[in-house]
Order: sequence, then C-alpha cells, then structure tokens
Amino acid sequence: MRVFLNGEPRELDEGATVDAAVAITGAPDRGVAVAVDGEVVPRGQWTSMQLQEDQKVEVLQAVQGG
Amino acid sequence: MADVFQIAEREFGSRLIIGTGGFRDLQTMGEAVIASGAEMATLALRRVDPNARGSIVDVLHDAGCFLLPNTAGCFTARDAVSTARLAREAFETDWVKLEVIGDDKTLLPDPVELLEAAETLVADGFTVLPYTNDDPILARRLEDVGCAAVMPLGSPIGSGMGIRNPYNLRLILEQARVPVILDAGIGTTSDAAIAMEMGCSGVLLASAVSRAQDPPKMARAMRMAVEAGRLAHEAGRIPHRLYAEASTPMEGVPELT
Repeated sequence: MRVFLNGEPRELDEGATVDAAVAITGAPDRGVAVAVDGEVVPRGQWTSMQLQEDQKVEVLQAVQGG
Repeated sequence: MADVFQIAEREFGSRLIIGTGGFRDLQTMGEAVIASGAEMATLALRRVDPNARGSIVDVLHDAGCFLLPNTAGCFTARDAVSTARLAREAFETDWVKLEVIGDDKTLLPDPVELLEAAETLVADGFTVLPYTNDDPILARRLEDVGCAAVMPLGSPIGSGMGIRNPYNLRLILEQARVPVILDAGIGTTSDAAIAMEMGCSGVLLASAVSRAQDPPKMARAMRMAVEAGRLAHEAGRIPHRLYAEASTPMEGVPELT
C-alpha cells in the first residue's frame, strides 16, 4: 500500500496504522502531531487508525520559529 | 506592588516574549532564552527531520518557558486553523500565536484570513494571540471576536526597522481592553523600550536577538530595555517642550558684575 509520508511516496503493509508511519519518520517521543489528508489525528488514535492507499500523512515536530 | 503581566488567566513575570526563530543552534537559543528572562517562547511545527539534533521542547522546558506555538507559513485561515489544531496535539496547549500572512516578500498579515481564523479558533476554545497589522480597526475586530491579546507589528518581520507608525500604535493602545504586545520589527533595545514606554503590555521579538552577533548578550539587553521601558511608562515621562525649562532655580542667583 502506498501512502505519501511527508510528501514522499512510501510502501506500507496493508492495514498499517498511523503509529507505523510515525515510526518510519524517526519522530521524537514528544512534541509530535499527525495529520492524515489534512485532518488532525489525536495521539490516542495512532495505534487504531488504519491508513488507506494514497493518503497524505504529515508527521510534524517542533522546530524553532518566531 | 508587583507588576503582573496577565494574558487570559495566566500571569507572567516577564513582559518579554522570545521568538525562537533564527538561532544558529539550540545551545545558543537556550542561553539566549535564559538570558532574556522570558517566561514564554514561540515555536513552530514542521515535517519531521530525521537529521535534527536535540529537542527544542526540552530546551524551552529547561529554561522554564511556557510554549506558544505559532502558525507561521500559513496563507489561509483554513491552514492556520489546521496548524493550530496540530500544535494543540503536539504541545498540549490551546494557546496559539496566530499568523496568517499575505505574501512571502513582506510577510504582512492577511487581515481577512486572519480575522476568520481568529474567530474559528476562539470558538474552538483556543487562547488566540494574533500577529496583526498596526491597524486600529483590525485590532478592535480581533478583540471583538475574543482574542486574548492583540500583537501589532512595529514593522515587517525581521526588518529591524522598529515602530514605523507610532500614531497607529497609540490608537490601538488607547482603545484596547486586552494586552497589546508589540510583535515584529524590533531591531535593537531602543525599539523595545519605546514600545514599552508607549504603554505596550509586552514585546515579542526573535530576529533582534537570534541574528545578533552575540545573541545571549542581546537577550540580556532586551530584558533590561523592556523592564526600563515599562518602568518609564509607569513613572510618567515629562512632556516635550520646544524651549528650555531650567532645572536649577533662578532665585538667589548672585550679582557678580
């Protein structure tokens, strides 16, 4: 199954959940947020929400900013 | 009497809010944040960088800072609202520095999108601190939709040009019933002091410190400027006069010729 993870096409197992995608990015433990197709996915749903083909997954972390 | 700076229900011991953009590394940022005495610091959300080292969140926590996520880089109300909601997830805060810019070159706020985003986020339970144009009418509209503060620019972000329209800022200050925080355009300490002398409740700055040759030293200077400006505002300055007014009494001057 292909998804777009932070803009890059990635192959994931069928039925992969959000937390699998997060793990691939190497995101830190804290200060991370996820959007799937533009919608925020609360942390509590990362292990239960299954991704679908061609979804856009954005995994974000804190950076410096004014 | 303690001079307490309050936004929404939260009190701060410092009237300087530090933006974290532009520091060359996290260590310098941490040193500068501590030297600034700021109790609130901005940060942003971007795609995970697998090569990133260290955690800005940890550094700011260690410095005792309350986190103020921004929506920098958003051009539409829709994107800004989504970014604020992501920040709420990431940092477990409903506070947001709302930025909705109109173009890349000036980074000036888009007032139409800004107001729409502010209204949506307030309704969604956010404590909204909008970065706004120095427009008294827009400031009033932002306050009317429930923003916890208004943050007019002195001049464009990173320009270091200080307060370009002090008359507009005066109008904003005169009518505001929420804290007014001068955000953007501060170049050096005198700019920050002037904002505070005029009656701003606080100053938010990033580049003036982060891009200074010695950021921790400039951070300390800004801390002192904000404190000095606040004290001068409270103390009440003398009026401007065209002609001199002697400070030494003329009475009792001897006749010597």
